[in-house]
Amino acid sequence: MPAPIRLRELIRTIRTARTQAEEREMIQKECAAIRSSFREEDNTYRCRNVAKLLYMHMLGYPAHFGQLECLKLIASQKFTDKRIGYLGAMLLLDERQDVHLLMTNCIKNDLNHSTQYVQGLALCTLGCMGSSEMCRDLAGEVEKLLKTSNSYLRKKAALCAVHVIRKVPELMEMFLPATKNLLSEKNHGVLHTSVVLLTEMCERSPDTLAHFRKLVPQLVRILKNLIMSGYSPEHDVSGISDPFLQVRILRLLRILGKNDDDSSEAMNDILAQVATNTETSKNVGNAILYETVLTIMDIKSESGLRVLAINILGRFLLNNDKNIRYVALTSLLKTVQTDHNAVQRHRSTIVDCLKDLDVSIKRRAMELSFALVNGNNIRGMMKELLYFLDSCDPEFKADCASGVFLAAEKYAPSKRWHIDTIMRVLTTAGSYVRDDSVPNLIQLITNSVEMHAYTVQRLYKALLDDISQQPLVQVASWCIGEYGDLLVSGQCEEEEPIQVTEDEVLDVLEGLLVSNLSTPVTRGYSLTAIMKLSTRFSSVNRIKKVVSIYGSSIDVELQQRAVEYNALFKKYDHMRPALLERMPIMEKTASNGPTEIVQTNGETEPSTVEAKHPPPVTQPTNQVRIISKNIYCIPSMTAYNKNGLKIDFTFERANPNPNIAVITIHATNSTEAEMTDFVFQAAVPKTFQLQLLSPSSNVVPALNQGTVTQVIRVLNPQKQQLRMRIKLTYTHKGSAVQDLAEVNNFPPQSWQ
Amino acid sequence: MKRQTVTHRLRFLLLFSRQGKLRLQKWFVPTSEREKKKVIRDMIMLVLPRQPRTCNFLQWKDLKIVYKRYASLYFCAGLEEHDNELLALEVLHRYVELLDKYFGNVCELDIIFNFEKAYFILDEFLMGGEVLETSKFAVNVSMEQADTLQETMEEYMSKPAY
Repeated sequence: MPAPIRLRELIRTIRTARTQAEEREMIQKECAAIRSSFREEDNTYRCRNVAKLLYMHMLGYPAHFGQLECLKLIASQKFTDKRIGYLGAMLLLDERQDVHLLMTNCIKNDLNHSTQYVQGLALCTLGCMGSSEMCRDLAGEVEKLLKTSNSYLRKKAALCAVHVIRKVPELMEMFLPATKNLLSEKNHGVLHTSVVLLTEMCERSPDTLAHFRKLVPQLVRILKNLIMSGYSPEHDVSGISDPFLQVRILRLLRILGKNDDDSSEAMNDILAQVATNTETSKNVGNAILYETVLTIMDIKSESGLRVLAINILGRFLLNNDKNIRYVALTSLLKTVQTDHNAVQRHRSTIVDCLKDLDVSIKRRAMELSFALVNGNNIRGMMKELLYFLDSCDPEFKADCASGVFLAAEKYAPSKRWHIDTIMRVLTTAGSYVRDDSVPNLIQLITNSVEMHAYTVQRLYKALLDDISQQPLVQVASWCIGEYGDLLVSGQCEEEEPIQVTEDEVLDVLEGLLVSNLSTPVTRGYSLTAIMKLSTRFSSVNRIKKVVSIYGSSIDVELQQRAVEYNALFKKYDHMRPALLERMPIMEKTASNGPTEIVQTNGETEPSTVEAKHPPPVTQPTNQVRIISKNIYCIPSMTAYNKNGLKIDFTFERANPNPNIAVITIHATNSTEAEMTDFVFQAAVPKTFQLQLLSPSSNVVPALNQGTVTQVIRVLNPQKQQLRMRIKLTYTHKGSAVQDLAEVNNFPPQSWQ
Repeated sequence: MKRQTVTHRLRFLLLFSRQGKLRLQKWFVPTSEREKKKVIRDMIMLVLPRQPRTCNFLQWKDLKIVYKRYASLYFCAGLEEHDNELLALEVLHRYVELLDKYFGNVCELDIIFNFEKAYFILDEFLMGGEVLETSKFAVNVSMEQADTLQETMEEYMSKPAY
C-alpha cells in the first residue's frame, strides 16, 4: 500500500482543479483513501491523514469521520500527533459532539505531562472549548497549574480558569486562593491573563468584587509603570508600552471604581494622566484613550475629569481617522442620556458627521442627532436633519422620517411649523414613511383645527405635483375628503389661497382611483374622500355616479365600500349628512369616539378604529360592516354553516316601524371553487310576514373573497319569537346543491 | 450563545481571501456547523463589498465586526457589544506581525500551505477569545521551541511527519 500523499501535495493538487466539480471529485477520492487508511488503524500516517482532512474541512467538506482519529492522535506519544490531534479536536469536536467527553482523560494526562508544550496544548484545548463536565473534572488540575512558577503555563492556566468559570460559575471559589500574588508577576503574559481572570471574577460576583477592591492601588502602580517606563522592544507598539495590558487594567479599574467613591478617587490621578499624556497620532493611543474615557464615564469621577473625557470624544470627532470618529459617535450615544449638556456642546461637529461619506458614521451621527434634539435647538436641528433626509441613502430614510416625526411631535415650536415639517417629509421621502405614520399624521392634522385650510391646500398642491408616494397621497386624500369645502372656499390665512373648483378637486381624486400608481389602500382612501365631499360639495350627482361605478369594481374592498355608499345614497340618505360630518378632535387612545364605519361582530362596543381610520384593507372579513351610527347593536349570528358555505345574519330595526326587523344575509364561500346560481329562500311562521329583496349577486366567490348580501324584512306585529326556514340552492364544481335548514337562534333583540 | 454577564472577548476570527475563500476559522464560543457556515457567508458578504477608505467597523446583529485587509487576505473578528474596537484592530495587527515574523514576509500562500502553523501561532497569542501573550517575541520563541520538539520526534521515528 503506497504511502498516503503528503498534505502539501494534496493542497497543491486540489488547487489545480478548475471547476467545483473537479475539486469535489479529488476530495471524494482522497476522502475514500483516508477512510480506508483509518479503517486499517494505521498509526504512522494517521497524523498526515487527519491534517489533510482538516484542510478539506476548511474548504467546506464534511470531516466528521475523522473525529475519533483526533482522539487517537491526542492519545499518542508523539508531539506531532498531539499537535494535530488537538487542533482537530478544536475544529471538529465541540461540546455538542458525543465523543467530546472522551477527550477528558487524555487532557488530564497531558495537563500533567513533563513537557510544557504538551501541557500547553491541553490547557489551550480545554480553555477554548471544554464542556462544563470536562471543566468540572479538570478544574483541580487547572488550579494547580495556576500556582506554578512557570510563566508559560501560568498564563495559559489563568485563561483556562476564565473559561472554566464561564462554563461553571460555581467553581470560581476554588480559584480565589491562587489569585493571591498574581499581580506581583513581572511577566506581562501572566499579568495580562491575571487581570482578565480577576475581571471575570469581579463581574460575576459582587462579593468578590468588594474583596478585590483592595487591589486598586497595585493596579494603579502597574499602570503608572507602564506609562512611565522606558522603551521596551518586546512590548512596544508605536511608542506605547503594552497597550493590551493597559486597556485591560483600565477595564478592571472601571469595574472596581463603579459606585465606589474611595476606589474612584484612588484612580483619579492616573486616569487624568493617561487622558492627557497618551499619544493620539496612532490607533493604538486612541484605543487606550477610548478605554480611559469609558472608565471615567462609568466610575464616580470628578466633574472636571468627566468634562475632560467628553472633550476627548469631541476631539475624536474631528480626527481624520474614520474609525475613531465612528467610535466617538458610538460612545457619545451612550453618554448622551447622562451627560446631555456636555454632549450638546459638540452638536455642530456631530451634525457635520451627517455629511460623512462613510455609511457607518452617518448612521451613528443620525441616531446621535436625534438624541440631541430639544426645545431649544429644534429649528436648527430639523433643518439639518431634513437636508439629510433629502440626500441620504434609502436605507436611512425610513428611520430618519420616523425620527423627524417623533422629534417634531415633541418639540414643535408652532403648529404651522409642524405641518410644514410633515409636508416636507412626505414630499421628499414619502414612499419610505412607515405605515403607522399615516393614521398618526391624520390625527395630528385633525387636532390642528386652525390649520385645516392651510394643510389641505398644501396637500392638494403636493398631489398635483406627484401622486406616486402613497403615504402622502393617503393623507392628502383624507384631508381633501374632510376639508374639501375649505379648499374650494378660496380662503386661507397662512398663505395665498388657491382658486380651485369642485370639479377640479373631484378630477384629482378620481384620478387617484384610476391611476396605476395607487395601491388598493390608497384607492380606498380616495373613494371615501369622494363620498365625504357629497355633503360638502354641490356636485352630488357626479359623486353618485362615481360611487355607483365602483359598485362593480373587481377590487372587493372598493366594491364593498361603493355598495355601502350607494346604499347610503339610496336608502339612508337622511343619515348621510350626520355620518359624513367633520371628524371631531381625536384622543390618541380613545375607543369610543364616534366613528364613521363601525365594525361589529356581535359585541356592543365599537372596535378601536380611530387610530386606523379608515380601516386598513385586509382580506374582506366575514364580519359585518354596518353603516349606521344610530342602531342599537343587535348581535349578528351565523344562521348556516355547511360545506364551506356560511351565512351570517345581521340586524337592524327600521326606525319608523319597530315591528319590522331588517335582516341582511351575508353569504361567503370558503371552498376553492365559486358557487354560482346561488339562490337564497326563506319562509317564516304564519304570524309573520316576510319580504325578500334582491340579492347583490348570485355568485359567491371562492376562498372568502367576496360576500353575497340580501335583505329580508320581517314584520312581527305580535312580537313572537322569530323562526325561519331557509332553502339554499347553488351550483358548485359542476353539480347542483340544495339544502334546507331551520334557523332558530335569533337574538332576542331582533324580535322583542 | 447566551451569557449572563458582560464579557469582552472575541467571538470568532476569520481569514478569507478577496475571492471569498476561507483560509482560517477560529470560534471562541460553541457554534453549530450550520451557524458557522451562516456566519462565514454573512461576513464575506458584508466585508468584501466594502469600499477601501471606509471605517473598519460594522454592526451585525448584536455583534461588532472589526475587519482589516492585509494584501489579499481579510482578517475579520466578531466582538461583543461592549468590547473595544480600536484595540481589536491592534489585536488583528499583532497577529499579522506574528505570522510575518514566523514565515518571513508572510503572504497568503504561506497561510494556505501551512494552515496548521497559522492555527498554532494563533493559539499562542489568543485563548478563549482573550489575548494570552502580549510580548512580540514570546510567541515566536514558543513556536520555535515547539517546532523543534516536533522534529526531534520525527527523527526518532525516522519517518516524515506529514
